[in-house]
Amino acid sequence: MASIDYTERIPNNVNLGEDRRLQRALEEWQPKFLEWWRDMGPHGFQATEVYLRTAVSVDPQGWAQFGYVRMPEYRWGIFLAEPEAARVIPFGDHKGRPVWQDVPGEYRGVLRRLIVTQGDTEPASVEQQRHLGRTCPSLYDLRNLFQVNVEEGRHLWAMVYLLDAYFGRDGREESEGLLERRAGDEDKPRILGAFNEKTPDWLSYLMFTFFTDRDGKYQLASLAESGFDPLARTCRFMLTEEAHHMFVGETGVGRVVQRTCELMRERKTDDVRRHGAIDLPTLQKYLNFHYSVSLDLFGSEISTNAANFYTMSLKGRFEETKKNDDHRLQDATYPVTEQDGETMTVREQPALQSLNERLRDDYIVDCQRGLDRWNRIIKEHGIDFEFRLPHRAFHRKIGTFADVRVSPEGRLLTEAEWGPKKRQWLPTPEDEAYVQSLMQPVTERGTFATWIAPPARGVNSQPVDFDYVRLA
Amino acid sequence: MADSDTVCVDFQTDPSRYKHWKLSFDGPVATLAMDVREDGGLRPGYELKLNSYDLGVDVELYDAVQRLRFEHPEVGAVVITSGKERVFCAGANIRMLSQSPHAFKVNFCKFTNETRNAIEDATVGSRQVYLTAVNGPCAGGGYELALATDWIIMADDGNTAVSLPEVPLLAVLPGTGGLTRLVDKRHVRRDRADFFCTTEEGVRGKRAAEWGLVDEVVPRSRLAEVVRARARELAARTDRPATAPGFRLLPLERTIADDAVRYRHVACELDRTRGIAWITVTAPAASPPNGAPGVHAQGSTFWPLALARELDDLVLHLRTNEAEVGVWVFKTAGRADLVEAYDRLLADHRDDWLVREIRLYWKRTLKRLDVTSRSMFALVEPGSCFVGTLLELALAADRSYMLDGTRRGERLPLATVRLTEANFGAYPMPNGLTRIANRHLAEPARVEKLRARLGEDLDARAAAEAGLVTFTPDDIDWDDEVRQALEARAAFSPDALTGMEASLRFGGPETLETKIFGRLSAWQNWVFQRPNAAGPKGALVVYGTGQRSEFDRRRV
Ligand SMILES: [Fe+2]
Ligand SMILES: [Fe+2]
Repeated sequence: MASIDYTERIPNNVNLGEDRRLQRALEEWQPKFLEWWRDMGPHGFQATEVYLRTAVSVDPQGWAQFGYVRMPEYRWGIFLAEPEAARVIPFGDHKGRPVWQDVPGEYRGVLRRLIVTQGDTEPASVEQQRHLGRTCPSLYDLRNLFQVNVEEGRHLWAMVYLLDAYFGRDGREESEGLLERRAGDEDKPRILGAFNEKTPDWLSYLMFTFFTDRDGKYQLASLAESGFDPLARTCRFMLTEEAHHMFVGETGVGRVVQRTCELMRERKTDDVRRHGAIDLPTLQKYLNFHYSVSLDLFGSEISTNAANFYTMSLKGRFEETKKNDDHRLQDATYPVTEQDGETMTVREQPALQSLNERLRDDYIVDCQRGLDRWNRIIKEHGIDFEFRLPHRAFHRKIGTFADVRVSPEGRLLTEAEWGPKKRQWLPTPEDEAYVQSLMQPVTERGTFATWIAPPARGVNSQPVDFDYVRLA
Repeated sequence: MADSDTVCVDFQTDPSRYKHWKLSFDGPVATLAMDVREDGGLRPGYELKLNSYDLGVDVELYDAVQRLRFEHPEVGAVVITSGKERVFCAGANIRMLSQSPHAFKVNFCKFTNETRNAIEDATVGSRQVYLTAVNGPCAGGGYELALATDWIIMADDGNTAVSLPEVPLLAVLPGTGGLTRLVDKRHVRRDRADFFCTTEEGVRGKRAAEWGLVDEVVPRSRLAEVVRARARELAARTDRPATAPGFRLLPLERTIADDAVRYRHVACELDRTRGIAWITVTAPAASPPNGAPGVHAQGSTFWPLALARELDDLVLHLRTNEAEVGVWVFKTAGRADLVEAYDRLLADHRDDWLVREIRLYWKRTLKRLDVTSRSMFALVEPGSCFVGTLLELALAADRSYMLDGTRRGERLPLATVRLTEANFGAYPMPNGLTRIANRHLAEPARVEKLRARLGEDLDARAAAEAGLVTFTPDDIDWDDEVRQALEARAAFSPDALTGMEASLRFGGPETLETKIFGRLSAWQNWVFQRPNAAGPKGALVVYGTGQRSEFDRRRV
């Protein structure tokens, strides 16, 4: 195995060519990864050439090189953001000390679990989305799907790099575990709930990339503050790619909204289903579903684990270094929404234990920004409708609201009240069947399915009708 | 109660009142599913999340284990599992532990240990085999519960693991025999056990089976099916009757007054000023019923069973709710012949499933006395009936006084004690010895000599000579002697007494049980007290706050 050109085969900035330990680990892992990609990656497109972006270095020229590739030949690389000179730990008990370049033994288990939990989400979404290619609304969208997929694959590589390079044998076992679990599998499920849900259609996929990938952004952003510098730098680089995934989600849903509004105007009707589009109330229901499932990903409102991660200086807050406080939070409090008998109330809780909730709050603000842009499209069409984020307690399965029924407005409901109302708030089987019925492949260059508008511009300055995926 | 800010804990319950367990039956297999109600804690201040437990949860478990043995002769195997989807059991609730006073924690651990031992005793003695279906993360006390069962089956789903995270997470030790059972019962290699006990997240999947931490791992989708099959196989090996009618353990007749607890056959008067509990056990009022059918017909009113339940409840009550009553004095009253007749009935029908259960129950109840951190005295006076099973109370005591002769002006018969078959093997102590053998370690041959004297009335002189009682003052000396002994006892440091008594009670060999209790009292209780666990920056105290514990790095 000595003569492999690592820079060519596995683009990296971690000096892979010199690192025997990492080489040994990756040589064992890489074939298993490819096997996993063949089994669980995009179904039916393994031999297809796709116009993809590959990162070959972290500088502005290198991080986005475009060209046609067959996905199994994609050059998944290992990149860390450039080191920050003399970086010190920004928060927690170790605040102010130089960042760790090696794993502190004391935190080995905790840190490994953090990385595995994040890493597990990366291949999961590829698995969830593997059948979507068959029903793509356009070549442009198909290409974007695959771009997201290969990048989730690269994110997996990034996490595996950390496990293999820093955690010895257990790290290697965990790396294999990441390839053995399967989204939605009863026996080997993915670790987090939302990553075992189905992504049965493109609307769900676009919502997923908007809402669920955005959870990823916030998790990565708080790990990017970590005192363990290799983790911080890895996550910082991943964030640049994550931004693109959210772009796909936000513009994708925006284009669906655009199409719907255009039809409502042109045909002067609310009943756009007759014209093969998705009505705004149905979109709101999908939004409700994906938003609430994604809120769960942040975990319990009051969390000892989150507190520990922070005190241990392993996982910070979103934009930790921009915050103006002591970055230890021993005595600080944070307002947390709770149920109080028949109503909702906000109580001050110890800030350390409320870190999940604080991150969820940051996320909610960010989601709202996306909704505002969609609402602007509706408004521009002169339509009287507005998307709203449901209340944080709506349809939750984790945390303090897991056992209560709550309306999108935040009103507590009895089980009897919830039952019939649920159909107005969450996609019904009929809604799903309708959306499913729209999922007919559109593979002619420059053509788009009836339910989605074309994008404003193409990828990498190419035209919209560019041959993004070369179908045989 | 003695301690005004603590709730009086009641150890009596029944399945209709369970908050935390679901009991279901499928022919010879029973399933005991743990589904702890978060807001169902005994005291305020903690939530029982993730199937974590407090004393209230364990009281129900104990009740269920008891009822399964007595009320369900048809059950040959019991599956312990979780009724929750994502977790098996997270162990004892940490917040409950950190907010509890030391004495409460120790007593809690003792009781949970006794219940784990009772589970093992059910498997071996009652031929009602316990197995565990680990269907989600199983940590600390959750795994220790599994360790008490005979067969552990775990879901292999990449997430479910067994763990003992006490050392890395809480700076304490597993409190219900986990360490001992790992190496002594399951024979897990010590170096692997070392790794396992220092790894917060534990071990899952194949490795758990390879290391002997569990017996089988199966895919989650096959767990239920494999557990059912295994339970059926184990149940098929029982000698319990498949069709015998069970009976109900009726509620105890009990009154708790300010200074007394009274049952049908036991009365306990509390002298709080001196810290003494006077416990009087009375003999049956009538001759025993006819044969095993007679025993079955009387059910839970059958004197030996009723008495065992009452004593069991009293011991638990006094231990938990009367911490300052440090000396227990046992007396008996009633007809010696009747007690002997009941012992004979039990011996003659020892192979009957119910009679076997009753004897096993007495064994466990007497063991509770052996590990109780109270000074125990027995007073053998005229009119008493320390015979066979009841003589074990005197033999379990730290010291006994027997009145030589009669009291002036009293018409009661001379104080005697009498040995029965029950004293020679029915009720072994935690160290595996009979109480008679345990007190004759210097001259084991005397045990055989005593066996030749079954049924004989032994007066004070004979009893003293036989080594069955400590001192035999006569009528003139009795009152002063007993009073002074009790007063002296009450004056010593309770801690020193607890340690001394526990050390002296068990001579002879070590067993799994003596190790578990010994290490609990020595190591765990020491660690529980140390600032590294319980100080202001100790791990137990800061747990959940997100703050880091600070350790005194000096090894002791
Ligand atoms: Fe990702
Ligand atoms: Fe992503």
